[in-house]
Amino acid sequence: MSAMALFGQVLLGLINGSFYAMLSLGLAIVFGLLGIVNAAQGAFYMLGAFVAWMLLQYLGIGYWPSLILAPLAVAIFGIILERTIIRRVYNLDHLYGLLLTLGLFQIIQGLFVYWYGTSGQPYDTPELLSGGHNLGFMFLPNYRAWVVVASLILCFGTWYAIEKTRLGAYLRAATENPTLVRAFGINVPLLVTLAFGGGVALAGIAGVLAAPIYQVNPLMGGNILITVFAVVVIGGFGSILGSIVTGLALGVLEGLSKVFYPEASNMVIFAIMIVVLMLKPQGLFGRER
Amino acid sequence: MSSSVLEIAGLHGYYGESHVLHGIDLQVGEGEVVTLIGRNGAGKTTTLRAIMGILAKRGGSVKVMGTETIKLPPERIARLGVGYVPEERGIFASLNVTENLMLPPTLAPNGMGLDEIYRLFPNLQDRARSQGSKLSGGEQQMLAIARILRTGARFILLDEPTEGLAPVIVQQIGRVLDTVRAKGLTVLMVEQNFRFAANVADRHYVMESGKIIDMITKSEIAGKMERLEEHLGV
Amino acid sequence: MALEISGISASETGTGRGLEWLAMGIGVVLLIGAPFVVYPVFLMELLCMALFACAFNLLIGGGGLLSFGHAAFFGGGAYIAAETAKEFGFPFELAILAGTATAIFLGLIVGLVAIRRSGLIFAMVTLALAQAVYFLALRLPFTHSEDGIQAVPRGWLFGIVDLRDNMAMYYVTAAIFFLGYLLVRRVWKSPFGQVLRAIKDNQPRMISLGFPVDRYKLINFILSAALAGTAGSLKAVALGLATLTDVDFSTSAAVVLMVLLGGLGTLMGPVVGAIITVSMDEYLAGIGIPVPVVIGVIFVFIILIFRRGIVGEFLYYLERWQARGAR
Repeated sequence: MSAMALFGQVLLGLINGSFYAMLSLGLAIVFGLLGIVNAAQGAFYMLGAFVAWMLLQYLGIGYWPSLILAPLAVAIFGIILERTIIRRVYNLDHLYGLLLTLGLFQIIQGLFVYWYGTSGQPYDTPELLSGGHNLGFMFLPNYRAWVVVASLILCFGTWYAIEKTRLGAYLRAATENPTLVRAFGINVPLLVTLAFGGGVALAGIAGVLAAPIYQVNPLMGGNILITVFAVVVIGGFGSILGSIVTGLALGVLEGLSKVFYPEASNMVIFAIMIVVLMLKPQGLFGRER
Repeated sequence: MSSSVLEIAGLHGYYGESHVLHGIDLQVGEGEVVTLIGRNGAGKTTTLRAIMGILAKRGGSVKVMGTETIKLPPERIARLGVGYVPEERGIFASLNVTENLMLPPTLAPNGMGLDEIYRLFPNLQDRARSQGSKLSGGEQQMLAIARILRTGARFILLDEPTEGLAPVIVQQIGRVLDTVRAKGLTVLMVEQNFRFAANVADRHYVMESGKIIDMITKSEIAGKMERLEEHLGV
Repeated sequence: MALEISGISASETGTGRGLEWLAMGIGVVLLIGAPFVVYPVFLMELLCMALFACAFNLLIGGGGLLSFGHAAFFGGGAYIAAETAKEFGFPFELAILAGTATAIFLGLIVGLVAIRRSGLIFAMVTLALAQAVYFLALRLPFTHSEDGIQAVPRGWLFGIVDLRDNMAMYYVTAAIFFLGYLLVRRVWKSPFGQVLRAIKDNQPRMISLGFPVDRYKLINFILSAALAGTAGSLKAVALGLATLTDVDFSTSAAVVLMVLLGGLGTLMGPVVGAIITVSMDEYLAGIGIPVPVVIGVIFVFIILIFRRGIVGEFLYYLERWQARGAR
């Protein structure tokens, strides 16, 4: 096993980890605010990629505008779903939220499989980012470097928005005591909808970032969702920073295991989950909810 | 006659199927400090929640500063200039003292400035960076009142401000209320501690089983002490 | 806040109990007569899924725990039963036993990891663990990954009955299903079942009363897993096939749907749900409408409007009607 292979896998792991981080961030936000595990997050991820592909295919709109347009479109769709359907289960047992969003996920994924099949559509790397640099110990494709950088910016941007801004303070307060925050004059239902939209947009933009790497495939959401669930269980739902760190770390660990023990690499994350559950059931960064 | 800040007529309130407020009538004029007194379970807190819009199922008429609010959500009612200090104080554990203080948005331009707030509540400045959860009961109560005063709210709903607090702190709160009154703000307060209420308030509404059964002005207190004690179960 | 799990109080009363016996009687008649009207192999698949649904209901209706990974037990049982029957020449009853034992083993492991959690976390943990089983199935050589284990011989029952005859196989399947159903019913109504329900309603109280709550929940979980394994083993041998689909998420989701549709916590609900789901699957695949979409729509519909499920709604209105009559 050469150094090239090792670093190559670590990079791959970092990329996977970036996606895990972005998706679990969206899940953590929605869960913190609404107590709902939004299984449809996987569908929004897939939709982000598909909208980018459709923008290119039917309207000739390229990658860079799609980075803004696709998450916007997905967020609007997500908000419509939230206002019409998902809202109705807020007062029920949280399991119903999971089941409902799972049902929505099935519908969306099922429709896209029906329309586009399961073989996937190609999406080209944008010109600006094609090619790569030889760093000596490894070859670094430009696009992949971009993905890591972009997702770090997005994740830490989200963290900053929630922990350090006024709006973020409203959000954190609303998570604790929504009624009182309303009594201060803040439109909490609107805030919640916007936060939900934000979480969905994160998934959408992750989809666009993923398109040139993983190709645009209706099944891409489902494949990643279960792993993201494991990531979230390991990290615990409590903290934003926790979700980010856990996602990245697990991606890297998974990549490393591919170098040393490829047959078991899919299982690494689940094995870690089992260990964490036995030792610290609320997750590494979680709080007892 | 001063203009009325609060006018309630025939207010009914429900928790789910349970009918808890049975046709309340009351008024509060500008600059007054009025209390709701009565035994536990009389419906005092529920009335405040109904005024604030937190009690979802309600009927009748509640006019705040002349605006009918019976159908409005809490955020709209707050924007009319109403501040709410709940019984549990509602200090956010995940925010520090300064964040808690600055959280409620400004409702009107004449709110208390920070320097004035820190003069009135010196401990808040000392504890500025402490997490909300680390404060004592008295400090939490001060913070809960301070953050409302900062917003410029003209009408303040105070639920049990002295509950569970040491006499020294209770005195401090009394002084805070004097300052509030001096600024011309209007207060509707729920208070179990009648001595405190009698010192501070202009009028008292006595509540029992979701109804107003009596109204006593400051000057009438001496004469009605016996009746009052009966109502309050002292 | 809790899942809308129907009580069995309706069936405690005279009318309710009478209806139950009537329904069971009709069920038995249908069981005996059905293969003359409907293709027996289809019926076998249906009965296996119905048994799987009953097993699942034991966990969610009895224990209030939603597992998103029951396919691990179903498929695990299927694979082992298929392998032992085909490669080791196990007779029918031993193959089923082997599959069930595998499910018990898997159930023990998953149970030990997951049982301290509840609600959402439990669902997600079981989901992830089932995914781990899926990956195992993908990698282990004997499962032949994408191809699965095919041409599984049915063998002979107790050395006497030749199960290659569809009718014989059907009646054995029906008998096993019926026994499984009776077992679930027995557990439901037993003191064990009552303790479980009490734990589901108020776990802290049961703990303070001194009940070893975790042990009860674990036993219930293993029982549910075992029965699911039996269902899977039966399916593998009767239909001659064990594939990756048996362990993947779609199967776990399907059983959730069956029980939700039929009615959580009702005895007959899962059976009704299974009948509808499997038939619908068959019919829709025929006319080319995407099945996952329809399943998703039904899921959403049930959760928004119809949470008690078919049998659940029926029992609810029966109870209201009885209460009105009693006044």
